[in-house]
Amino acid sequence: MSTPFSILWLQAGSCGGCTMSALAADDVGLVQALSRFGIRLLWHPSLSEETGADALSILADCAGGKTKVDALCVEGAALTGPHGSGRFQMMSGTALPLIHWIKAIAAQAEHVVAVGSCAAFGGIPATEANPTDAVGLQYGDTGLLGPDFRGRAGLPVINIAGCAPHPGWLIETLAELALSGSCALDSLGRPRSFADHLAHHGCSRNEFYEFKASAARASDRGCLMENLGCKATQAPGDCNIRRWNGFGSCTDGGYTCINCTSPGFQDPGAPFQETAKVAGIPVGLPVDMPKAWFVALAALSKSATPKRVRANAHADHVVIPPARLPPKQSS
Amino acid sequence: MTAKPTRLIMGPFNRVEGDLEVSLDVSAGQVQSARVTAPLYRGFEQILAGRPPEDALVIAPRICGICSVSQSVAAARAIAAIAGAPMPDNGRLVTDLVLAAENAADHLTHFILFFMPDFARPVYAGRPWFRAAQTRFAAQGGQAGQSLVPARARFLHLMGLLAGKWPHSLAVQPGGVTKGVDTSERIRLLGILADFRAALETTLFADRLEHIASLDSAQTLDAWADAAPLDQGDFRLFLHIARDLELDRLGRGPARFISHGSFGLWPAGIVRDGVPAAFDPAQVSEDLSHAWMDSPTRPDADKPGAYSWCKAPRLDGTTMETGALARQWVAGDPLARSLAPQGGTVAARVIMRLVELARLVVAMEGWVRDIRPGQQFCVESPLPLRGSGLGLVEAARGALSHRLTCDGGIIRDYAIIAPTTWNFSPRDRDGNPGPLEQALVGATVHEDETSPVTVQHIVRSFDPCMVCTVH
Repeated sequence: MSTPFSILWLQAGSCGGCTMSALAADDVGLVQALSRFGIRLLWHPSLSEETGADALSILADCAGGKTKVDALCVEGAALTGPHGSGRFQMMSGTALPLIHWIKAIAAQAEHVVAVGSCAAFGGIPATEANPTDAVGLQYGDTGLLGPDFRGRAGLPVINIAGCAPHPGWLIETLAELALSGSCALDSLGRPRSFADHLAHHGCSRNEFYEFKASAARASDRGCLMENLGCKATQAPGDCNIRRWNGFGSCTDGGYTCINCTSPGFQDPGAPFQETAKVAGIPVGLPVDMPKAWFVALAALSKSATPKRVRANAHADHVVIPPARLPPKQSS
Repeated sequence: MTAKPTRLIMGPFNRVEGDLEVSLDVSAGQVQSARVTAPLYRGFEQILAGRPPEDALVIAPRICGICSVSQSVAAARAIAAIAGAPMPDNGRLVTDLVLAAENAADHLTHFILFFMPDFARPVYAGRPWFRAAQTRFAAQGGQAGQSLVPARARFLHLMGLLAGKWPHSLAVQPGGVTKGVDTSERIRLLGILADFRAALETTLFADRLEHIASLDSAQTLDAWADAAPLDQGDFRLFLHIARDLELDRLGRGPARFISHGSFGLWPAGIVRDGVPAAFDPAQVSEDLSHAWMDSPTRPDADKPGAYSWCKAPRLDGTTMETGALARQWVAGDPLARSLAPQGGTVAARVIMRLVELARLVVAMEGWVRDIRPGQQFCVESPLPLRGSGLGLVEAARGALSHRLTCDGGIIRDYAIIAPTTWNFSPRDRDGNPGPLEQALVGATVHEDETSPVTVQHIVRSFDPCMVCTVH
């Protein structure tokens, strides 16, 4: 590629976790993972040499249109408080709130990419209490850039949701933008490449799910949906089709999916690790499955659960291995 | 008559985790006084109040993307302190492993990506070590990043295996961990650690981890540095740079250290002017005089006299430095004492971080062998309904505490004191500057410098995590 695809990265009201996740991208790290696709970082708050005045001149050139920004990546929620002033996050050295810089550079950028659920939808800072008036870049009526915002290339804000997102989602989305100038998005602006899947797909607890052999407490091997709050059957993401940090996923790590790729995940209405139920039936069933069928099938499969599956569901290791056919007697 | 000092405002201050602004009064080529501003407020203590206590296990790690597991462990310990759940040995071992993996990865990330690239800047062209520093540490292109960032990523496979992912796992629970380890996984863990050891021993240390871990005085360290050319190992390169630039005189903090203790290897305690004492959490208070805070959880952006969102923790009214140097000093480590008899310096902080990295990896290998597959990893912990619990932990960058108070099964108050809140605190009501503010006084500023490089070394030597600071 002759002209590099240039990224500017800003950290808004964030924990820095999206960057930390990206630092392990494809086992080579963010910079090397992107450079394979001709993508370079104009400036990144954790990785660039420039600090102070040198960094400011890069930002000013981007905001003024002197430096082309192919993608503005924003990590973290836009903090609009107190009273709309944005003073809960001032860009140091500039006496201007960070939201000012986001708006100024977004207006020049070909694409605006929200990295993580905070930048996409507000995330954890935008809980019910929302002490900082945190918002996403373009979610609902209150998004920082407004519902009609489009990047210069014509796309709305691209929401690489997740807390933190899989680094592959970030790398592959940016590479797709660099290669084809566009990418397919779902109704909430999430790249369909990962959002067309559910976190449930490929879950290693599948046999327990099929038989509704449910975990009762942390560290049990059983399905986490019935009792421990797992939302993987509703959560967008190919979390269990690809690996996290080489080996893992939330459910492989033994804990529940909290649907962190969806807006509002931070306020589940019940404790995160408990399944909300009405009359003993979980409230959050798979969205596109008729409820009566789900209940009927669950009851049926529970009655057919092998002893092995039931026993293993309540242990942190395999206590009964699968039965084997007896070897054929040779004559 | 002295000339009116010039005020320098440094920002955006990058290669620190989060947002930081440093304002310096400079005259006669030296920093006369410094003010450290955390310009971001996030309000996690408000976010946590009103929720069920166990939700802290989801919310608290998200305070920080680089100390995520440390926050998890602090929250789990605060809940366990109320619920009284005993933890099985396997649960403790796996918790220690994921915490140590985060600490070790953070130490490495800090050294290769945040701290060392400053020595590859043109201002140092002409120094005998400059070419080596540039080759190894130039930002976004240095060899160290190209080999050790991938090594770090593969090391974090340990997190994938034990914690599902990093950052932001829910694997650490009050009664243990959610993930049982089987025999094949135990072998894979040993494989991950063997690869990481090889990477560290080849390029970072150019020596056996055990040898680095056993260095016990400034003299043995000097002798080790001189035993090979300066480009044999990144640690040795740093020691030569530190000697040339006298980093052992730069950035002196208060001669007071605090550690919550870690892994049963390094006990909790404090040190004041060389005298060790027990750590008593009741002696810790937070001063709000120069923070934009009306009360511990109510922000006030217009408060007169305030200049940071960071509160000012004090122990018995005095500032304390925390971090790897403090941890090792408090634990009685002879190298730490020998390097920083009168308080921390840039060199001492960085050296102890790397020596601790070597010690951590050696310890982790032992913990993996101690895991007993088939035995319990987690006990059920009763949900805390009422009470107050304190969760203490050591993040890579120092002492972290969570105080959880609940009633009626709801969090009424959640108070967090993070390591960088100690180190980068603003002045208190008596006008005492925070540890970094103190450490910056006397730093050299050349006339043409707008972002003095010595100031950058001092700031980064603390391995600050601003996002934790302003939880």
